Amino acid sequence: MSTTDIAEKMVDRAAARAGTGRGGLLRRLATSPLGMAALLVDLLLLLLVVFGPMIWGAAAEEFDVDNMNSPPTDGHLFGTDSLGRDILLRVLVATRLSIGLALGATAIGAVIGLLLGAIPAVAGPRVGRAVVAVVNVAVAFPGLLLALFFASIFGASPSGAMLALGVAFAPGFARLTQTLTAGVVGRDYVSAARVIGVGRLRIIGRHLLPNVADTLVVNISLSAGGALLAFAGLSFLGLGVQAPSYDWGRMLFDGLDGIYVNPAAALAPGLAIVLAGLALNLTGEVGAQLVGRRVGSARLPAKPATGAATSVADGPDGSPGADDLVLDLRGLTVSFPRGRGEKSVPVRGVDLRIARGEAVGILGESGSGKSLTAMSVARLVPDPARVDVQSLTFEGRDLSANTSRELRRMLGTTMSVVFQDLMSSFNPVMKVGRQLAEVATEHQGIGRRAALDRAIGRLRSVSISRAEQRALQYPHELSGGMRQRAMIAMGLMGSPTLLIADEPTTALDATVQRRVLQLIAGVRAAEQSALLLISHDVAVVAAMCDRILVMYAGRVVEDIPVDDLLAGPRHPYSRALLAAVPTIQTDRSQSLRTIEGRPPQPADYPIGCAFAERCAFASEKCQQDPVLEPIDNGSVACWHPQQGPVPGVVIDSPAVVSRQRATTATAGPVMPSHEPSRTRERGR
Amino acid sequence: MEFVRRYETGAGWCPDNRGMAQQTASTAVEQSPSERPQRSPWLGFLLRRTVRLVVSLFALITFAFLIIHLVPGDPVRKALGLNASPELVSSIRAELGFDLPLWQQYLKYLGDLFSGNLGVSLASRLPVGETIGNLLPNTLLLAVIAFVVVMVIAVPLGMLMAVLTQNGRRRGVELSFTTVSIVVSAIPEFLLAVGLVYLFAVTNPWFPIAGMDGPASFVLPVAALALGPIAAMSRIVRVEALAVLGLDFIRTARAKRLPAWRIYLRHALPNALTATLTLSGLLLSGLVAGTVLVETIFAWPGLGPSLVSSILDNDYPLVQAIVLVYGGLVLLINFVVDILLGLADPRSTIKET
Repeated sequence: MSTTDIAEKMVDRAAARAGTGRGGLLRRLATSPLGMAALLVDLLLLLLVVFGPMIWGAAAEEFDVDNMNSPPTDGHLFGTDSLGRDILLRVLVATRLSIGLALGATAIGAVIGLLLGAIPAVAGPRVGRAVVAVVNVAVAFPGLLLALFFASIFGASPSGAMLALGVAFAPGFARLTQTLTAGVVGRDYVSAARVIGVGRLRIIGRHLLPNVADTLVVNISLSAGGALLAFAGLSFLGLGVQAPSYDWGRMLFDGLDGIYVNPAAALAPGLAIVLAGLALNLTGEVGAQLVGRRVGSARLPAKPATGAATSVADGPDGSPGADDLVLDLRGLTVSFPRGRGEKSVPVRGVDLRIARGEAVGILGESGSGKSLTAMSVARLVPDPARVDVQSLTFEGRDLSANTSRELRRMLGTTMSVVFQDLMSSFNPVMKVGRQLAEVATEHQGIGRRAALDRAIGRLRSVSISRAEQRALQYPHELSGGMRQRAMIAMGLMGSPTLLIADEPTTALDATVQRRVLQLIAGVRAAEQSALLLISHDVAVVAAMCDRILVMYAGRVVEDIPVDDLLAGPRHPYSRALLAAVPTIQTDRSQSLRTIEGRPPQPADYPIGCAFAERCAFASEKCQQDPVLEPIDNGSVACWHPQQGPVPGVVIDSPAVVSRQRATTATAGPVMPSHEPSRTRERGR
Repeated sequence: MEFVRRYETGAGWCPDNRGMAQQTASTAVEQSPSERPQRSPWLGFLLRRTVRLVVSLFALITFAFLIIHLVPGDPVRKALGLNASPELVSSIRAELGFDLPLWQQYLKYLGDLFSGNLGVSLASRLPVGETIGNLLPNTLLLAVIAFVVVMVIAVPLGMLMAVLTQNGRRRGVELSFTTVSIVVSAIPEFLLAVGLVYLFAVTNPWFPIAGMDGPASFVLPVAALALGPIAAMSRIVRVEALAVLGLDFIRTARAKRLPAWRIYLRHALPNALTATLTLSGLLLSGLVAGTVLVETIFAWPGLGPSLVSSILDNDYPLVQAIVLVYGGLVLLINFVVDILLGLADPRSTIKET
């Protein structure tokens, strides 16, 4: 990627972000306070440009022979110059020339740039490429330098400097136009115009330019600010406006000579340049934001997971003693501020207890709050979100209090998190081995060399071949399945008592998915660690877990041993989830079963049971919040718990899905040697 | 400082505050896995860049050659003034080779150039090569020092700001930082220079007002050159770093319970820098251009004042040579940065093919 390419890229990005809206820019500009301020200063400048020389033009030429080079006095607010002329009046009068020349240069640059920029879109490929190449080289040159180059041709005069500056600005405009039109030119209506034989110039004028007008206008106004400063620079160097004419740059040049006698003579025009430049820039910036906003609002990140839940009375399955608990979480609420004191609460009072070595699955649709729950346990919920717990205890330690270095070390080696691998979960510029080794060097005080050796060992234990080489590669050099296994290996650098896996197999294809699940099961067996598995996939959770929490709308609606779940859960929602799983026997001639309706958003969670409006069994009673009540071996939050197997569901027998429970599996080598799991493979 | 403008028109319009780091990460996904970068694409990349450099240099040389021919009117008359004797005018015309056909003049110009002969200044009658040899080092010194100062200050500052203001924390700090940096980066270097002279040489005579004489004389020129880019660059670093801090691998690093400094310096910073360093070529070119004005204000014995006076005097041989030097510098800087980036991030060279 070359520097020029970067420059292009920035412009391209500007273009892409700006979108191609049209019309009403000025009106929208006036609706923002900042834009209003910018417009006011613009208006003031305009008035000065039009009326300044008429009102003060003569007075600014008057010599005050008694007060030459005078510092500020009552009569002359900014003092006088070497001929006794009033600085303030001259600054006001010079507005016309300064702004006029800047706008002239911008206009020249814009016209040349537009023409150059539109050529590739309509000319033949050969000419187009040549123009693009020239523009690309020119755009890497600083504008002032180009202006100086051309000033040597056009000569030291106002018009020469204006022309030079205009030519210097042209490549930037050309590049922008190219980018913008390239986006438009591929669209159907331009092709259509071509097909019906519309001329090239007409295509430019009628189809290309109007569609990129807003963005261009914004950039022209940004450039006008730049041109103002650059022109002042040229005049200041003596290459622009020549005496007896004067603009701000020229005044600065004259004032600098007398800076010891009257600094105001240099500072006043300088101030004028800065203020006018800022106003023009601000107009452009605000315009840019307004143009970009429409695109922007459409892309606002969707609110993170949603959810809700009544606080649970007490642990379901005869709550094990506190000593046996790896994790004890009570009353978890996660909320996001939504401005003006409002907030959305995607997790509403979740309790979660995990016994030593137990595998707990959280099942739910996206938006149910299951991932947020897991991330809250790991204390990895990003900042604007607010996490509240009644208590959060891990390994007998209170995690809700602040972190100490020692606690961090403990967590670093005993709680491992396996993320869903998108390429992005590894640092792209750090070698895989080092990313693993970091855990050991940081928390276990092991030297770098030894830590890397351990990392290689762990990579090998998750059956990554040629682990030594792989450890020295960058993440993008590994395949998706390999990265996911490396991620698990990273979790194994310590000795985890709790493994949190957030959708660990979602992005993987079926065969890789199975191997990763086997691997996690093997790790559990070897390390005797507990597992918290987050998934929306009933088969995955059923294969891996002892106990399953079903979440809906931010609350746990059912807590049930996996065998009971497969035999037939109590909550209508759990039953619907199960019924929606397609199987080999599913009649493909019929459309797949789904759950009617959509889960509610956190902002409009209803009072009472959140599932009621999608539930076939709902009654008046469901207007009240159901509470998790113990039932059989689990508990359910429902006023109308159901019974019996879910019709048509074939994941009924745990035998179909081989489960590796830490309690039953033999502790062996980390890489499991059990028979291949028959986890249902569903292509995604 | 247009590089900043270009960047900011991009970043400023970006509603979700994601910078280039985002793009870097997303291009990475497109890479097919376990494919090691091979030698050949790299060589091809090097070759293409070299060809581009050579072609651009030739275009520059041709432009420099044409300057004297594009000037309206008789350049020799213009340079020597109306009072010059006809003999002098014709001897200078012969010296410049104006009596030859244009293509022969071009070949002669190229030949002279490659034998190191840049001609003789019309104003001072000194060999142009000698003048440039004396002045160029001072200009380069100024630009390079300013560049280093910008990088050394802007990167940590931007990173610090990103850390302080991540996830919408400390709105006040963010607002004041952004405001100050927008205002400072909107002030052109020659105005900063005037302000600095007024404050620190006239009102408080702490630093010399002009000339190049000892370390103290560097302070004001370097500050004038560097302040704007520092403001702009630190803002860019902040935006880039914020984008990186929102990426998944930072969460992974947090899950490893690494200490904060390690997450910021080892994981976030290198990723934020890829984009930032890419801008350094444009930054350095911009600083070279900025020296023209700053040198003029501080009477710095560099090339800038000579460029200006040669344009004013119509001293074309000197103008041509200085245009070549500045232009060549910019092309060379871009070339070197391209190559460095290719070395630092092999993905970029592959992507291009």
